[in-house]
Amino acid sequence: MSAFSAARAVLLREFLRLGRKRGQLVQPLLFFLLVAVLFPFAVGTDATLINRLGPAVVWVAVLLATTLSLDEIFRSDFDDGSLEQLVLSVYPLPLLVAMKSLAHWLTSIAPLILLALATTWLFDIDQTQRENLAASLLLGTPVFSLVGAVGSALTVGLRGSAMLLALIMLPLYIPVLIFGAAAVANAGLGLPTNAEHYFLAGLALMSLTLAPFATAAALRARLG
Amino acid sequence: MFTHWHKYASLMHFHTLARRLTPWLYGVSGVLFIAGLISGLVLAPPDYQQGESFRIIYVHVPSAWLSMFAYVVMAGAAAASLIWRVKLGDVLARATAPVGASFTALALITGSLWGKPMWGTWWVWDARLTSELLLLFLYLGYLALQSAIEDRRAAARAGAVLAVVGVVNIPIIHYSVEWWSTLHQGATLTKFAAPSIATSMLIPLLIMTAAFQLFFFATVLVRARCEILEFDRHTQWVRNLVSAGYP
Repeated sequence: MSAFSAARAVLLREFLRLGRKRGQLVQPLLFFLLVAVLFPFAVGTDATLINRLGPAVVWVAVLLATTLSLDEIFRSDFDDGSLEQLVLSVYPLPLLVAMKSLAHWLTSIAPLILLALATTWLFDIDQTQRENLAASLLLGTPVFSLVGAVGSALTVGLRGSAMLLALIMLPLYIPVLIFGAAAVANAGLGLPTNAEHYFLAGLALMSLTLAPFATAAALRARLG
Repeated sequence: MFTHWHKYASLMHFHTLARRLTPWLYGVSGVLFIAGLISGLVLAPPDYQQGESFRIIYVHVPSAWLSMFAYVVMAGAAAASLIWRVKLGDVLARATAPVGASFTALALITGSLWGKPMWGTWWVWDARLTSELLLLFLYLGYLALQSAIEDRRAAARAGAVLAVVGVVNIPIIHYSVEWWSTLHQGATLTKFAAPSIATSMLIPLLIMTAAFQLFFFATVLVRARCEILEFDRHTQWVRNLVSAGYP
């Protein structure tokens, strides 16, 4: 078996595993909706204020819902022992964990992006902003899956790991939040948003090249 | 020469070295503290705009400098532990983290005490303040991970990965936050330009920075000694040390 087919096997296995726990996949989506709905209750019904806060609320809610879903990347594999098999396998571990990140992005974050775009109606966000939100979420969220896998690997099997994971990951997500929210805010003012998109793409590429190696090192540190 | 250095990578020899160095470091640091405080609080002239309140710079700037220096030390030790499996790297990273976190907190507190009379507010969402706050969160994340993993060595190894990931992220966080908003005065001391501070105020600042730096090293060494004894508690040399009446 080549490394490529090993990677494909890991990816397919992830889909199978996550497909059997559809209920768990829906939870972050519901959480996202609830967080987004909480804000108008806190700031009141002033339509212009809600419209102005909208993009920021959507970004923060995506961030929080993602953080909630990170724990699942390695947890059940750790519980049933297959994570050790993954670490012991002869195939390059960074490639295999990159597949885990890809599966996380496809199953947890992609639906979240669709839902986030649907909720823009709640905040009366206009078409340009919506397109910018889509672009910035698509460029920025891969960072969440890739860097999140490092945190998930570091905290796997610990008691209260979900909270610890949020503590560790949220500071690292701030650059993405800054550029993502700034892109949408600038679009609302009619300003160019290329710079923000380039930064987000740069962050995503950098995480793609470095994070799988850090995840592999984290798994070896936790299990080795 | 390298065989000589290699010796101190062994925990036992490093423990002996640290034990010998600590009183000297604390002693010199104490003398420098006295000199720095007298020259900074009494001899240096008051600032023409900020009056006497600028004198908090003698605590604020060295703490801010050490908050970043400590993270680099921690990440360097962590990298040594990951790359060469040096046990001393684990020890030093774990020993540095709480000291670095304390200096970060001190820099934030003194900064906000300074900000109140100068900017009229305890806190502004300014780039350098915010990145210092995020640095504190990175330290606290590391410490939280250390306390969550019971086995000392496993904790140190997991922490090493986190520290290296953190040090790669610090410049990214710093520049994105800077891009997001900045209001802070420019750096007073830079390597590449003449400092924008009068010599009579600069000299006490340099003395205080040296005092803080030595205090930092001494404190890290004391913590490292504790870590070493706990890491190696099952070995013969620690037993001998204890039965000889250590400390």
